[in-house]
Amino acid sequence: MNRSGGLHETLVTQGLELFARDPDVLKPGLRQKIPLLALGTAAAGVYFAALMALDISPSNIISGLGRLTNIAVLMFPPNPESWARVLLYLGALGQTLAIAFIGTLLGAILGCPFGFLAARNVVANRLIHFLSRRCLDTVRSVDTLIWALIWINVVGLGPFAGALAIMSSDLGAYGKLFSEAIEAADRKPVDGVLSAGGSRLHAIRFGMLPQVLPVFASQILYFFESNTRSATIIGIVGAGGIGLQLFEQIRVLEWQQVSFLILMVLITVAAIDWTSQRLRTAIIGQRA
Amino acid sequence: MTRLVSVPPAAQLAPLIHNYSEAAAAKRRQLALGLAVAAAVLLVSAVGAEVQPVTLWNKIGNFTSYFDRLLKLDNGARVWTDPYEWFWGLARWSRLLGETLLIAYVATITGAVGAFVAAAPASRNLMRHASVRFAVRRCLEFCRTVPDIVFALIFVAAFGLGALPGILAVALHTTGTLGKLFTEVVENIDMGPVEGVASTGGSGLAQVRFAVTPQVLSNLVSYALLRFEINVRGATVIGFVGAGGIGQDLIVAIRKFYYSDVSAMLLMIIATVMIIDMISARLRHRLLAMENPQ
Repeated sequence: MNRSGGLHETLVTQGLELFARDPDVLKPGLRQKIPLLALGTAAAGVYFAALMALDISPSNIISGLGRLTNIAVLMFPPNPESWARVLLYLGALGQTLAIAFIGTLLGAILGCPFGFLAARNVVANRLIHFLSRRCLDTVRSVDTLIWALIWINVVGLGPFAGALAIMSSDLGAYGKLFSEAIEAADRKPVDGVLSAGGSRLHAIRFGMLPQVLPVFASQILYFFESNTRSATIIGIVGAGGIGLQLFEQIRVLEWQQVSFLILMVLITVAAIDWTSQRLRTAIIGQRA
Repeated sequence: MTRLVSVPPAAQLAPLIHNYSEAAAAKRRQLALGLAVAAAVLLVSAVGAEVQPVTLWNKIGNFTSYFDRLLKLDNGARVWTDPYEWFWGLARWSRLLGETLLIAYVATITGAVGAFVAAAPASRNLMRHASVRFAVRRCLEFCRTVPDIVFALIFVAAFGLGALPGILAVALHTTGTLGKLFTEVVENIDMGPVEGVASTGGSGLAQVRFAVTPQVLSNLVSYALLRFEINVRGATVIGFVGAGGIGQDLIVAIRKFYYSDVSAMLLMIIATVMIIDMISARLRHRLLAMENPQ
């Protein structure tokens, strides 16, 4: 400050003069800030009220954090203890991937007709459009784990129920995304097929499908990625896969096994993300 | 019929046709190979996932009858004939559903704040040290990849049953997912204002406060709202492992075959999720509209 005392003084006096000349521009009144401030205060108020309502106190958090640190220490190093267990876990991981794959595929196959039904430019009937959209929304609002519990009642405990659960919860999302892809498709090839004397089915097969198929494929790959994550937890309710092992090991407090399982999941998910990203660019790049 | 296109003589045509059929055959072979690989993977997965089409076919009746049973009261009457009996636990379920919403709300805000704090050191234009960036990004990736329900399982062991482990689990997962999105937003800002604040001697904190935040705030809030929708769904099942909310009662009802209770709770969940989606979509459109005229 001392070094540039003169300059500092000048800047401050000039600044004050500027301020005196155009106070409105340089000092935006409280009025403009009121909506933002009110929103922020309301959000923070609800936040702290919620903390009170949920009965959360700092002492709870601190004592829990202490136990959590103990658990974290117990987790290292990740150790499966025996090769038999490694094989068991690898099998469960394979099952998880199989569940994700089958679920994704079934969901995509069943989602396709729904996508066309819910698309505004394929089915002009507003009622069908509205009903199919609401159906898809309903299916989407039920979580995968709840679907798993429902399917366990139908086909019994096991990975098949998991695959069906993933199929069901994806169905809603697929229908929505597919219908959006179809609505965004170019109309001209369809008109071309129709003008050459093709039927409406021909128009969909030769005019629409070549346009939307790459989009569908890249979305299906994306869903496969996210479904591997869902499939890792679906075993928690008894629908097969690595989640079952994870749940068991957490229940018996075998923390080294738990960390080993989490590590396996992390590596698998990373590998699948990488592969699917490669495939996605290949599919889209090839056709674009 | 008059021919409009001139056709070259056969000798000239033969190689063209040959090339075309070669190319078409190559494409067909590629497709066949792809389909064969897909079929093989499908077969292996079908064995792995113990797919039993016959069982499904035989028991698909269970699926439809399950929904039939869901809509029946204990005395065999349809649920809508006696709404009071159907929603006998309305007060308790509303409280639990409210708890679920609060868990989602608190977790989203906590996670969003965490993600905001993590976004500056994780983005290329604000953090010069590659090692710090790398560490923060790997942490976010870890939080993102581990599903929230796995965090919840571990946290229930540490914090005991209740809403707290649920909040922490959802918040941690949210930090991971939002952290990535926030980082991308921050990396795409105009660096002019940041340099302006830096040139007047503003600290790193001042740069973030006066140059970065005004540019990204509406975008971040929009992402946080989207995440809130997802977290409401996630919080409904977090109770399955004892981490608070309506999931606790739902899993008991499903496991003990209290059919009408299951349908009542599912209906409440679906309605709540839809209403929240609708409100949040409105708000996000507003935010986008607020941002665009600037």
